[in-house]
Amino acid sequence: MAVRMINTKSDYAGTLFRLLSGLACLVIVAIVALILANITIHGKGHLTWAFLTTAPEQGMTEGGIFPAIYGTVLLVLLMTVAVVPVGVMVAIYLSEYSELSSPFYKLTRLAVSNLAGVPSIVFGLFGLGFFVKFVGGNVDRLFFSGSLTFGQPAIVWAALTLAVLTLPVVILTTEDTLRSIPVELREASLALGATKFQTIVRVVLPNAVSGILTGGILAVSRGAGEVAPILFTGAAYFVPELPHKLNSQFMELGYHVYVLSTQSPDVDATQPILYSTVLVLLGLTFLLNLLAMLVRTQMRFRLRRNG
Amino acid sequence: MTAATANTKLVVRVPARTAVESQQAAEAPPKILAEDVSFFYGKTQVLFGINLSIRENQITALIGPSGCGKSTFLRTLNRMNDLIPGARLEGKILIDGVDIYDRTVDPILVRRKVGMIFQKSNPFPKSVYENVAYGVKINGYYRRKADIDEVVEKSLRDAALWDEVKDRLHVSALSLSGGQQQRLCIARSLAVRPDILLMDEPASALDPISTAKIEELIFELKRRYTIILVTHNMQQAARVSDYTGFFLLGELIEYDLTTKLFTNPSKKETEDYITGRFG
Repeated sequence: MAVRMINTKSDYAGTLFRLLSGLACLVIVAIVALILANITIHGKGHLTWAFLTTAPEQGMTEGGIFPAIYGTVLLVLLMTVAVVPVGVMVAIYLSEYSELSSPFYKLTRLAVSNLAGVPSIVFGLFGLGFFVKFVGGNVDRLFFSGSLTFGQPAIVWAALTLAVLTLPVVILTTEDTLRSIPVELREASLALGATKFQTIVRVVLPNAVSGILTGGILAVSRGAGEVAPILFTGAAYFVPELPHKLNSQFMELGYHVYVLSTQSPDVDATQPILYSTVLVLLGLTFLLNLLAMLVRTQMRFRLRRNG
Repeated sequence: MTAATANTKLVVRVPARTAVESQQAAEAPPKILAEDVSFFYGKTQVLFGINLSIRENQITALIGPSGCGKSTFLRTLNRMNDLIPGARLEGKILIDGVDIYDRTVDPILVRRKVGMIFQKSNPFPKSVYENVAYGVKINGYYRRKADIDEVVEKSLRDAALWDEVKDRLHVSALSLSGGQQQRLCIARSLAVRPDILLMDEPASALDPISTAKIEELIFELKRRYTIILVTHNMQQAARVSDYTGFFLLGELIEYDLTTKLFTNPSKKETEDYITGRFG
């Protein structure tokens, strides 16, 4: 009997499933478009050079957001200085010195993935208890004869708290990158009489720079948007001067958004400022994510040429 | 002794050796001695009691079907297998009379004495110059740029690559052709001043012309280095090597002068393999 090749039945279930899954994709696109459109339309009117370069005035109903931008940049800079070296060291140990089957490797990986799952408000409380009260308090007792200097919310504690929060991002990205460096290159180095340490420093790390950079940028982009961890550890409602010492309090964009939306004496006057602040914050994180993507594509290109 | 075709069934053509070459091969002193070497990956044994004496300044080819242990054996000679978790060696490997698996021996120093060329050329993603200078720098042989320049040039000349790259020493090594990259890897090894070179199918990924250049180079290098060449290409083994060892299922079945092994093998398995009955 000949095989029938003309199908007279329609595949209704298949068509429906395809429609539904396509619709789900549309929802995602629509949500992002809605958020962007809403914020851009309402926020762009107020977004002027003066807005970006002056301080808030009249109880946040007038003026700009410069201290918050400055504070955010300084905060993430300090955070990066803390998180990248530690994260890279952890990743180097995991990828280069430990075996995948060893209990210590499994324990560390478990700790890292759990750290990534901790709610950010818990990090905030941890930062308050550990960095501000415990570390800061002891620093005061030992070096400042008990007078309140570091034992209070400060930019350095906020940065360290954020560093703990973003540590998993840096560790995971870096470990992945280190593992992607071809074994042939490591063997080439070792076969020339290099030690493992020389191989890591001269062959593995130079080829992993863009991956480490990507991890750093992703950490910054994550850290720049977080409010909860800095709530109790250093961010302030309003500070008349820019932070200039490690123990200064500071203003921050995310926290400023929170302040504008909940603490304003005049909601109508604050609203346009709020929209523009959110626009700046979004723009900043998008820009950072874009940068991370570019660096990563560039790295893939390099490794492919290599392989 | 010429390449006597004592056995007409043989399909591998063995080029004739001069009397001097044959005498040198027969009289060369041993450089590497493997004594009852067994090797394990975890619980899996992959080498079974290998006994072998590799002669100084000769080219020794190791042949055999895939998975026969020839590459594993090669990698025991510069302790490259140390890097594999769970790998274990029994027996002794003596180089110039020293057991390289003795506890007092530093594998780093073994690898300086025993260079290795891999199947896939693996230059660092650095410049041609930096590739060759790498070993010199990490081993701290020289610090002055003029000295390093000299080593780089000499190594590239010895690897028959200098004329092709002398005007682009500072371009990326990855921009060279496959054959050039492999010769660069050889130059990189030579710069560390080894006296033994291990080559793991160095030409298997190359076109015939590049392969011919590599073979020519290997032949040239023989004057100063003891060379061990793993190859799955029997014609290549017959063309360039002085001695040949035939591995099968982790055992060394036969080891003899190349002219003898390919024309008048003493073991049935060897004959089956070189006449193409399996493998």
